[in-house]
Parts: sequence; C-alpha cells; structure tokens
Amino acid sequence: MIAFLLKRLMNAAFVMLAVAFLAFMIFRFFGDPVEMMVNEQATQSDRAELRERLGLNDGLLTQYARFVGSAVQGDFGISYRNQQDVMTLVAERFPATFELVIVATVLSLIIGVPFGVLTAVYQDRKLADGLQIGSIVGVSLPSFVVGILLILVFSVSLGWLPAFGRGETVDIGWWSSGFFTDSGRAALILPSISLSLFQITLVMRLVRAEMLEVLRSDFIKFARARGLPLSVVHWRHALRNCLMPVITLTGMQIGNLIAFALVTETVFQWPGMGLLFIQAVTFVDIPVMAAYLMLVSFIFVLINTLVDITYAYVDPRLRSEVAVKGGSAHGH
Amino acid sequence: MSDKVLEVEELRVEFPTRHGVLTAVDGVSLSIDRGEILGVVGESGAGKSMTGMAILGLLEPPGRIAAGRISLSGERIDQLTENELRQYRGRRIGAIFQDPLTSLNPLFTVGKQLVETIRQHLPLSASDARRRAIELLTEVGIPAPEARVDHYPHQFSGGMRQRVVIALALCAEPELIIADEPTTALDVSIQAQITGLLKRLCKERGMAVMLVTHDMGVIAETADRVAVMYAGRLTEVGNVQAMVRAPRHPYTVGLMGAIPSLTGDVQELSQIPGNMPRLNAIPAGCAFNPRCARRIDKCTVDIPTVSGSGVACWAVEDEVRT
Repeated sequence: MIAFLLKRLMNAAFVMLAVAFLAFMIFRFFGDPVEMMVNEQATQSDRAELRERLGLNDGLLTQYARFVGSAVQGDFGISYRNQQDVMTLVAERFPATFELVIVATVLSLIIGVPFGVLTAVYQDRKLADGLQIGSIVGVSLPSFVVGILLILVFSVSLGWLPAFGRGETVDIGWWSSGFFTDSGRAALILPSISLSLFQITLVMRLVRAEMLEVLRSDFIKFARARGLPLSVVHWRHALRNCLMPVITLTGMQIGNLIAFALVTETVFQWPGMGLLFIQAVTFVDIPVMAAYLMLVSFIFVLINTLVDITYAYVDPRLRSEVAVKGGSAHGH
Repeated sequence: MSDKVLEVEELRVEFPTRHGVLTAVDGVSLSIDRGEILGVVGESGAGKSMTGMAILGLLEPPGRIAAGRISLSGERIDQLTENELRQYRGRRIGAIFQDPLTSLNPLFTVGKQLVETIRQHLPLSASDARRRAIELLTEVGIPAPEARVDHYPHQFSGGMRQRVVIALALCAEPELIIADEPTTALDVSIQAQITGLLKRLCKERGMAVMLVTHDMGVIAETADRVAVMYAGRLTEVGNVQAMVRAPRHPYTVGLMGAIPSLTGDVQELSQIPGNMPRLNAIPAGCAFNPRCARRIDKCTVDIPTVSGSGVACWAVEDEVRT
C-alpha cells in the first residue's frame, strides 16, 4: 500500500513539473514580460535593469527552477492588469468556483446514480424510457443554452431566483462561502443545475450501462438464489459493483467541471476563477493565466491521485497485492 | 408420498423469441426423496440447468414455465409471485452454481454474505448470525473459520470458494439443494472433495439434492438415482448402479461408452455420431432418432415418454414386448 502510494505521488509530481514547464514557457515567451510591465516612457536602460532584476538574463533552466520554486510557495508574481498579487486574486475567486463545482457534483451523484439504477432495473417500463429520452436531451444541450433558458424561466419570467452573482457570502478565514446565507444558497441553485445537467446524464448513463453488465453476472443470480430481496440485490450487491467507474468518472469530471464552469460563470456572472480567467485572457494578463493553468492542473492531478487511492478502498482486491491464500491443506 | 421433497410433473419451459417459441424443457417429470441425490445428466443445452432454474423460479426472461407443476413437500410452488417465491429461495431451496469464482460478490467478505443470508431467513441477531456463519464454515470443512469468516472471496482458492457457496446454500437448512454443475469448474481432486461433502451433508441432514452435471463420472460416484436428459426431454430415469451397469436407452449407452475406464481393457472410446439438435430444429418423434442406431419407424413419428423410472425409447419397448 505504501509502495502504491509513493508510486502515485511520484507520478503526480512528474505531471505537475511538466505542466509547470508549459506554464513557464507561456509566461516567458508569449510576448515580452518586460514590454508588458513597463510604460511607454521607460528608457532602454530602465528596461535592461528590469530585465536583470527579473532574472530574465539567466539560463533557461535556472529561470525554470526559480519559477517552480516560487510556484510551489504559491507565488505567481503580480497581475499585469491590476498590479495585485496573482495568488491573492485567484484565492479570492477560488471558493466561488469550488462551491459551485461541489454542489454540481453532489447533484449529479444524488440524481444520476438512482436514475441510472432505475433505468437499468425497470428497463421495460415507461418511466425508464422517459428518463432515457430526458438524458439524451441533457447530453445534447450546450451548457450556456441551459443556463440562459434557466435564467429566462426562473429569473425573468417567474422571478424566483437571482440571475447573476453569488449573493451574500460569509468569510471563514480567507474562504468566502455562499452556503450560509439565503441569498447565497438561492444564487447557487441555477448555476449549479446548469453546470450539473450534463454531468447528471453522464452519471446516469454510466450507471445504467454498468448495472446492465453487473446484473448479468453469476453472483447476482446467486444472491437471488439465496433469497435476498430484489431491492438488496440491486442497490447493495449490484450497485456497489458499479461504483468504480462512477468514482473514476466523477473524479475526472471535477476537473472538467472546473473548466466547464468557465461558461457557466460567464452566463451567470459568477465571480469565480473562470470569470477571472476570461478577463485575464481579454487583457493578456499572463501571470493570471499561468496561475490558473497551474491551479487547474494541480486540481486535476490531485483528484486523479485521490481517485486511485479511493479505488483501493472500495475494491478489497486492490488493497493488498499479496492475497492471503488459505486452507491449502484442504483446498489444493 | 410424504417423503417426496421435490416433485416435478410434466414441466415445460418455453422461450418466446422473435423466430417463434423455443421449448427448452419438454414434459419432464422428476421426484427426489429426503436424503436422496438425483443426478440430472446430459450434454450442454439438454435443458438440465434450465430445469433447475425453473424450480428456483430464476428463469431468465423471456423464459417461462409454460406447463406442468412443481411441488415442494406437497406445496405447489411454480405459480408463486416473485415475492412469495423469495421466501422459498435460500430458505427451503438452496442453490449451488457452477463457477465458485463468480458466485460470490467480490466486494463483501464471506462472513458478510453469510450473515446477510442467514438474517434474511432466520430471526437471529447479528452476533448469533455470525456465530452460525462460523459453524457453517466449519461444517463445510474450511480450516480456521474464525479467521476466514472475515476474508474476501478472492482470498480463497476455487475449492474453498465452492465450500463457501455450499455454506451459503445451507444457511437456512433447506429441504432441497439444486447443485448446478457444482464441480465442473474445479480440479479433479477437488471435485471428489466437493461431491463427498455434498453426499455427507445430504445423508446427515436428510436433504434432497438435485445434482445437475454433464459428467457421468460424478453422477456415478455421487448420485442415488439418475435422470438423463436429451434436447429438453427425459430419456432414461433409474437407479444409478443399474444404469451404469446396464444402460438401456441408446443415448445412455452412448454416454456410458464415452467414459474412459481405468480397469477394463484399453479400447477406443465410442462416440455418438452427430450433434444434439438445436432448440429450433428438434426432429419429430424421438429427438434422438437421427443419431440413433436402433431407430424404428415409430421413432420418427411419436414422442416416447418416461416418468417415475424407466426408459423413453420405442426400440427398447419393442424389444421388451417381443
């Protein structure tokens, strides 16, 4: 288990180094940082001095090492646009995106998994057909269309829910949370539905496919032959054997959701990292872009590693590499 | 009559398909007494497993029981609903399936699966059920059951897993055990242990056992009586010793001829020409007639039948009469 963990962590570190290299290359070579930072009146010597001060005359590897070194400490420099510390900017925005993505993920699981089981178990019923058709619609509609439709119906026509923003937030340390105020919770509803709709249908279809597969297996038939009620057979024995791919998918998709959140955040003017990134792109604010890239890939890598570790927890066969073979005196 | 645990009368199992209705089991009548092992033997697709599944009420849809009756200790069980039938499965009819590697849920310890089954059927507390689980593991010959009860299926060898499966079938002291190819997936040396175990449990507990297999050797060692199936129909039913010594139906004769003997002279094993017909192409009359060396005119017209014991063959009947 420890060897397994170490191996996973080594892989993760390697991937992060590679991503850092990409971010560094963007930072260093997409336009001249010095040009972006100085104003038009700066003299040639001013520029040379700044270049020297920023260490841009050092060797490539030295610069890369320095970039990685400061990135590890959370230092991505100063935003070109508003002269603020990049990490502070991102940290301010991160809770908004994170809360949105978490709510969307939870929604996708608590709706997607039961629907998937139902459509698999009651294959031949009208309800299952309805859910299946609904899921095709869910997969096909682009997320911004869903967002706009939701705003149109629930904010404009019915006036039930806010159309933009995060509502009031409560600060817990550096984290600003929208979970603890009514307006914060109300503001979460539409964006999280819009973000999770695709996810719900994805989870549902995956669970359905896996269930159909598992329901054919011998141990399901044997569980029924043991006289267990169908509900236990379906929701305990079959579902648990379907969870592996669902965990993988959900894990991987959290990264995707953060990326998708870019669209949702734009539609709902949600003050998260996605919106920050879009603004950074408009102003060619490279330190912010580099920090966003690093952070998103860090989350990707972190989640992947966690997913692998969760595997080992859910499936006992992966827990210990050496299976305890017993009863050899009688069995062999 | 009171000793008959299982009675199957004129059972007919059908599969409606797009290309018409297939009959997988046709007019099968069987009975098993307390403490008796009935071997059901036949080639793959002869309908022997299907008969077992029909008794358990676990036919895969669209398969269904189209005719006949199945009684357990005198009570008719073939028309029960899924919920009623569930009270029988595991409680009064235990099942053992072919592949012990896939019969157990890999994600639960064997103890958990045992306790779950025991508590489904018996009003026991969790700790009593666990104690019973350990007793059952001891009874089926798992060494160190106190430790093994918390192991996962993948930590057991194939033979040990089949013992666990048997323990699961025994959870609620069923009257009848349906063992569907219980030894097919195992090594020969372990086969003997498992059949020995089944035999001991059957005699000690007075259970009725239906042993479904394609292995005539296993039948000869284990069963008291044997029913031979071919293309969904019974061909011969009778005492196992008598049938091994003097098979009567031409198909049974062929099956016996295909068993290698350790003691007799070295001779070429005989083989039955041709294949068993597909379910959608069962010939008129006796299903075996195209492959039969003793075919007479009547064989291609009328279906011979057998119930209780005897042989379903016009040629044999002819011979007896003359």
